[in-house]
Amino acid sequence: MMNERIFPAPPEDPESAAFYAAAKKGRFMIGRCVGTGQYFWYPRAISPFDFGPATLEQASGSGVIYSLSTMRRIDPPYTIAYVTLKEGPTIMTNLVDCDPDSLLIGQDVKLVWKVASDGTPIPCFTPV
Amino acid sequence: MSIKGQGYIVGAYEHPTRKAPDKSVAQLHAESAAGALADAGLSKDDVDGYFCGGDAPGLGAINMADYMNLKLRHIDSTDLGGCSYIAHVAHATAAIAAGQCEVALITLAGRPRSEGHSGTKPRPVIANVPDATWEAPFGPVTPGIYAMCAARHMYQFGTTSEQLAWIKVAASHHAQYNPHAMLRDVVTVNDVLQSPIIADPLHRLDCCVVSDGGGALIVTNAGRARELNRPLVKLLGAAETVKGQRAGQLDLTYSGAVWTGPRAFTMAGVTPADIQYASIYDSFTITVLMQLEDLGFCEKGHGGRFVSDGNLISGVGKLPFNTDGGGLCNNHPANRGGITKVIEAVRQLRGEAHPKVQVSNCHLALAHGTGGLLGSRHASATLILERE
Repeated sequence: MMNERIFPAPPEDPESAAFYAAAKKGRFMIGRCVGTGQYFWYPRAISPFDFGPATLEQASGSGVIYSLSTMRRIDPPYTIAYVTLKEGPTIMTNLVDCDPDSLLIGQDVKLVWKVASDGTPIPCFTPV
Repeated sequence: MSIKGQGYIVGAYEHPTRKAPDKSVAQLHAESAAGALADAGLSKDDVDGYFCGGDAPGLGAINMADYMNLKLRHIDSTDLGGCSYIAHVAHATAAIAAGQCEVALITLAGRPRSEGHSGTKPRPVIANVPDATWEAPFGPVTPGIYAMCAARHMYQFGTTSEQLAWIKVAASHHAQYNPHAMLRDVVTVNDVLQSPIIADPLHRLDCCVVSDGGGALIVTNAGRARELNRPLVKLLGAAETVKGQRAGQLDLTYSGAVWTGPRAFTMAGVTPADIQYASIYDSFTITVLMQLEDLGFCEKGHGGRFVSDGNLISGVGKLPFNTDGGGLCNNHPANRGGITKVIEAVRQLRGEAHPKVQVSNCHLALAHGTGGLLGSRHASATLILERE
């Protein structure tokens, strides 16, 4: 089953420390530009819209599948995807806890945390 | 100052090896350089500018220039992944036009086949890459990233696996005449569809080969080019760019070619309909389809119809492409297909392609490439070349 997959640990990075700290408390954060108010992904310390300050803001965890592909030649197979969040940004993720053959672009999905090899929670998605 | 007409490709060489366990990467670079210089009728000591990408082992150009014992006054190790060498032709032309160098050498080489690389192995995570902490857990292997482009294209425009397969079919028709090609068997649409799925919806035969090898190019100015006994292949237009995820405003349906194509065509003063031969980067079939649309060879979303029924086969269709067999069948040295795209365009413009695939009276060609990963972040480079 796909949920037996071992997720590689995210490399440590000063810019993702706050995100993963929030994730450990079950909170899914995305970037927001202070100057323009726009949400963005992936989170950064500097706004990718105006190079001004940026913050992390909690997101709903609701989205739709933008695109996907199941890696059939890797054991165990897994489904990589881009999911467009309700807040706007599209993020790279994995679709989990489902039959890959049942998944469709445009389908509603919701956040589900999985745990990487080093114990870090990582944001995956599953059909609603 | 425009670089239009300021540079001439006078030497082009594709290393014949496809598996080189007993050669070093530096040796493959140097053998390719020697081949391109011999093709041009120049010697090592004529080279005063050197261009290489991330495949050059060591610290940019330093280790390779030392290995080849080059005396240089201009160096450029711009790394745009697989399309670096297409951009290098433009960079070399700019340097030549500015008087920074007169004879520019561009090399590429690598041994991914001997070193056991495969497309579905995770790429090693390089320290401090800003996106890695967000993406590495999700297994973003190369075929999966390109497959997401294909899946979205199919969803949005109705593109089919059969249509993508026609791109491989066309490449295989050309590869049968190339004695150095890794895959020389002509395949059918059905063969592609029957090959195993690697990453939905891409099959094994939608993917390029993994090969060892190398290639090199020599670029010089008009005066030096005319002194040499080679056909004159002139840079007419060029452009480069990068396209990423746009901070989350992702759109997988187009590539950076939507920007480089129009700029290169404007510089050249020609249109896609004028192009007689096109080298189009073919890491995967979907790469070709998207780039053809973005360059303006057909409308966005119509790529599937455009590539069908042999339209890319030389002598059969309207746009002969990758007449060496391309990355899909011939060669993808160092997992970077940019230099072979330029080399085959030069062969076509010189009339030196295989007679079975040579475009008659070919005087205008395009070479275009993608570097990095089409569906996450990539570079695009376009070159329009004219036989003078």
